[in-house]
Amino acid sequence: MKYKIDFRTYSNALKKNQLLGLKCSSCGCITCPPKMVCQECASTEQEIIELSGQGKITTFTTTYVASLGREAEVPYTLVMVALDEGPWISGNLIDMDPAKITMDVIGRRVTMGHKVFHGDLYSSDEAAYPVFSFS
Amino acid sequence: MKLRRVAVIGGGHTPFVTHSPNTSLELLAEASMDAIVNSNISPKDIQAINCGNVLGDFTDGQGMIQSYLANDIGCNNVPATRFEGACATGTIAVRDAAMLVAAGVYDIMLVCGVEKATAMDTALATRTFAMFSDSRYENPAGFTFPAVFAMLCHLYSSHYDIPLEKLKEQMAQVSVQSHFYGAKNPNAQFQKELTTEKVLAGPMVTTPLQLMDCCPFTDGAAAVVIASEDVAKKLTDKPVYIAGTGQASSGHLASQYKYLPRIRAREISVKQAYKMAGIGPEDVDICELHDCFSIASIIAAESLGFAEFGTAGQLWEKGDTRIGGKIPINISGGLKSKGHPLGATGISQVYEVTKQLRGELTDQGRQVDGAKVGLVDTLGGDGIIVNLVLKRD
Repeated sequence: MKYKIDFRTYSNALKKNQLLGLKCSSCGCITCPPKMVCQECASTEQEIIELSGQGKITTFTTTYVASLGREAEVPYTLVMVALDEGPWISGNLIDMDPAKITMDVIGRRVTMGHKVFHGDLYSSDEAAYPVFSFS
Repeated sequence: MKLRRVAVIGGGHTPFVTHSPNTSLELLAEASMDAIVNSNISPKDIQAINCGNVLGDFTDGQGMIQSYLANDIGCNNVPATRFEGACATGTIAVRDAAMLVAAGVYDIMLVCGVEKATAMDTALATRTFAMFSDSRYENPAGFTFPAVFAMLCHLYSSHYDIPLEKLKEQMAQVSVQSHFYGAKNPNAQFQKELTTEKVLAGPMVTTPLQLMDCCPFTDGAAAVVIASEDVAKKLTDKPVYIAGTGQASSGHLASQYKYLPRIRAREISVKQAYKMAGIGPEDVDICELHDCFSIASIIAAESLGFAEFGTAGQLWEKGDTRIGGKIPINISGGLKSKGHPLGATGISQVYEVTKQLRGELTDQGRQVDGAKVGLVDTLGGDGIIVNLVLKRD
């Protein structure tokens, strides 16, 4: 049994700023990022959809201690965003000095773009990931 | 299937340190031999070995450590299995062994665990620990393990409407309490008391978590011998029964959105353990919970049933987690002060609770009087939880 949207497909779509997810034919739940089955009812009957990439920030953190090979990136801010369609996804918050980000960003509306992580010793392929800026 | 009662009959524990001069295999063998000797048996009595080692491939260039351990200590050719569940590894290994002994597959098993996290520099350690988050949907954006709990911390503040400054004060008290008891534990990596001022003055790791909100990287090993009830009673007059076990898994952090900042897996796991043991949180005399970060203690205490959701910080504010308080927590120093060698931690928690229930910590000035019921709580990554209830008859 194959994934309806495997990671490579998801990542390639994200490189065009398209956020792909699954809509369940059984219960209507939206699963994003995609999995093998429905997030809620585990049904395999899923339809591929594109989400809006719009939502609001639910939490964040600004990181100062980098992973191996990513020293040039710190400080950067990670966020979790509650998409308008329901699911939460994670990414970076851009457009603002990471050192100035406070609890005030929680609840603010954002729009999704993307960046590409070119991989490292421990990951074979490059991977696109969401970045968010204030709407 | 009729299940037998299973007991911890003895344990071993190396000091938890920075930059151990020994290899992971050596640390594992030292703790294991102490457990075997303290159980009044010899290596040839061990029928199978469960071994926890998460990053040995990176720290020592050593895979398959469990097989070399068996051979090094004279448990020749016994079945040996390596477990990996990030920081929950050791407890997974204990639970699995308890089930095998309860079911009658084996009568005596060795469960041991080790990690040499300080063999890696901070950058590599941060990278390998980031492997305990989703490599497709979390790592590319730069998730690190502290970042997971940092986001949970901000979410907790926002969700329960606790001003961040107040929450950070409560978190600092968690660290102070950990180090107060770690200072009395000769095996602890850090044996120095802290003040809330010192905690709040430390360098920022990932907002709002500062250095002393975080557990360290550590080298160390721990081991226990598990036996069926009738074998246990022949070997010790102080068997500590594994009365309840629970385990649950999760998807990556964002996929848990319907429950955050609560960790659903813990609620499922601890319910299994309490039910099997026939107890509730009010019956627990001593708890070793997973304080990888100070906020993790607060979140854990609530899910384990020691406080209403959104209020557990008050347990530390009021001194309820100290000896004599409502629920003594991490009287070993916990992960933050004792240290956190991933594969060993869960087994170290079992070792600690066993010592408490046997009344053997008076000399160290950290005995909880009359402790009869203990709870172990171990969390791995943004997902795996294991809980054990230990009891003296």
